[in-house]
Amino acid sequence: MSNIGSYEERIKDFSWKLAEEELEYKDGDVINIGWYCSDRNCIKGKGEKMALIWEGLGGVEKKYTFNDVRLASNTIGHHLRGLGIKNEDRVCLFMDKIPELYLSFLGVLKIGAIAQPLFSAFGDESLHVRLENAQTKAIITQRKHVSKVRRILEQMPYLEHIIIVDHDGKKPLKERETVFNLEEAEKIDEFEIFPTKAESPSLLHYTSGTTGQPKGVKHVHYSIISQYLTAKWVLDLQDDDIYWCTADPGWVTGTSYGIIGPWSQGITQCVLDTGFSAESWYKFIEKNKVSMWYSAPTAIRSLMKAGDDLIKQHDLSSLRHIASVGEPLNAEAVIWSEKVYGMPFYDTYWQTETGSMMLTNYPGMKIKPGSMGKPFPGIIAAVLDEKTFEPITEPNKPGLIGFKPGWPSMMRTYWGNEETYKKKFVNGWYLPGDKSTIDKDGYFWFVGRDDDVINTGGHLVSPFEVESALLEHEAVAESAVVAKPDEVNMEVVKAFVTLNPGFVADDDLELKIMNFIRKKLSPLAMPQEIEYMEKLPKTRSGKIMRRMLRAKEWGEEIGDTSTLDDE
Amino acid sequence: MEDMKDIVLEYVIEEYLEDEDEVLTYDSPLISGGIVDSFSMVSLKRFLENKYNITLPDDKATPEAFDTVNNIVALVNEFLK
Repeated sequence: MSNIGSYEERIKDFSWKLAEEELEYKDGDVINIGWYCSDRNCIKGKGEKMALIWEGLGGVEKKYTFNDVRLASNTIGHHLRGLGIKNEDRVCLFMDKIPELYLSFLGVLKIGAIAQPLFSAFGDESLHVRLENAQTKAIITQRKHVSKVRRILEQMPYLEHIIIVDHDGKKPLKERETVFNLEEAEKIDEFEIFPTKAESPSLLHYTSGTTGQPKGVKHVHYSIISQYLTAKWVLDLQDDDIYWCTADPGWVTGTSYGIIGPWSQGITQCVLDTGFSAESWYKFIEKNKVSMWYSAPTAIRSLMKAGDDLIKQHDLSSLRHIASVGEPLNAEAVIWSEKVYGMPFYDTYWQTETGSMMLTNYPGMKIKPGSMGKPFPGIIAAVLDEKTFEPITEPNKPGLIGFKPGWPSMMRTYWGNEETYKKKFVNGWYLPGDKSTIDKDGYFWFVGRDDDVINTGGHLVSPFEVESALLEHEAVAESAVVAKPDEVNMEVVKAFVTLNPGFVADDDLELKIMNFIRKKLSPLAMPQEIEYMEKLPKTRSGKIMRRMLRAKEWGEEIGDTSTLDDE
Repeated sequence: MEDMKDIVLEYVIEEYLEDEDEVLTYDSPLISGGIVDSFSMVSLKRFLENKYNITLPDDKATPEAFDTVNNIVALVNEFLK
């Protein structure tokens, strides 16, 4: 029997109180995610239960019980407090998927500070704009990433502490750098957790829009109510499960369902901190007897490419439920998974701002391959007319996805950008920026984005951010960036550029520009293709017509060109 | 052959290696070791194509084929012939 039981029954008279009761939370109580994910499990008798099974390069393994997680997060919290970090100070977590990342996340929350996890592959500029926006007071990082911080340090007087978790003493520390070695630190058993309340800020995750700088999505401790119940009902986590969420906590899936969802239920999870290969993933599932696997379409399509024979070489019989998030999972991948794993990937739809799953397929529900499923109980979702913002009642007619605000894990604002936050709400609906249809049975079907943001491998990339960075390359005079269709990543970044005089439009320059963006922003933002142009299509007022370039890539009608400056 | 190995290794160290203290060899895992991610692999492929004036088909440019310098050199040689 699945946790959710009957979806139809659950949506009747649904109340989030159900999750509050299961988590023994009452309105006005102290609520701290760090405590719920560690101490509470120990109080509930799970102290010796395995919380984290971690594997790094070369098969190196580390294991942590819930009591280990409690002690480690206490110890990290104690260390941060000793440095003068206070509640609501921002602490950036800039690490690979090492145990310290997961444990620091809880340690930061336990002192009431705000965790700011950032993808460790971010380049200097991506890191800088996010730290600048949050006015981050401390960053916890690894030796291998500290050079990025050093290169931008002069521009960040607010960053008081750079804490290195794996310093080996071979090279001297530099300004503001300190060492914290978790294994050598004295374990803190008794620790006073900061009494955060429901609306106390917990987390800042950054996301990209069409224009402007990345936005810091502010979440609060009360988000755990949504994350707990969605993990329980959609991922169907059971007490004896071995759960594997493949997402990096630098992104929201990696915190909502790579830390909070499973650990608020006291579930054992495992983490593989190596690069992707189909062989190593299957080995990992086999070795750890993974029973619930939450992954992403890009990875799933890469596994499809790796072939079915590889699957036959591994015992994957431990798998009992599998789900996907990131970008829409194509029907072909769902059908394939049913054939090779004996079960379909259950697609889930949500985003950084929503903090938890919104539209999903549920255990026991009929899966329509390619559909995002139905709203989670308590979520009021609609497809809205693009002009009136009223719900469309006619089946299969595309419109904007809208959610009625009010679920526990909804973002509370964009950090320092309330104006943009308010624009996300129209006519009483929160607009995630995607288009969809609803069929006659109430299933949602993804149509596309409502803006120019590029969804590559499940991560949003701002064309504006890439265009701005391109202009910083000496060869580039003008730039326009659009999404290009891609078999594995759904979309990839493509750039159109004109060159400054004296530069030759050749393959070597293209590679130099690609690498320039990769290091400055991130590998995700690196254009996978650069097309040189004599001039970019512009309106008569001088605005680049990105729409025309995108249509060309997607083989679509170019549309109205009456404003095109064709001089 | 040795030249190609050294050229590729040097390029990987110069472009992708973040940890200055890490020692890379011809057999160090690049993709599965997290040194070159799947997005960055595109730029490494482009480097090889430009340098050796070849075209590597996408179905050959797999994470396994790019996982070590030795694998990469074997792949490039396949298309040089």
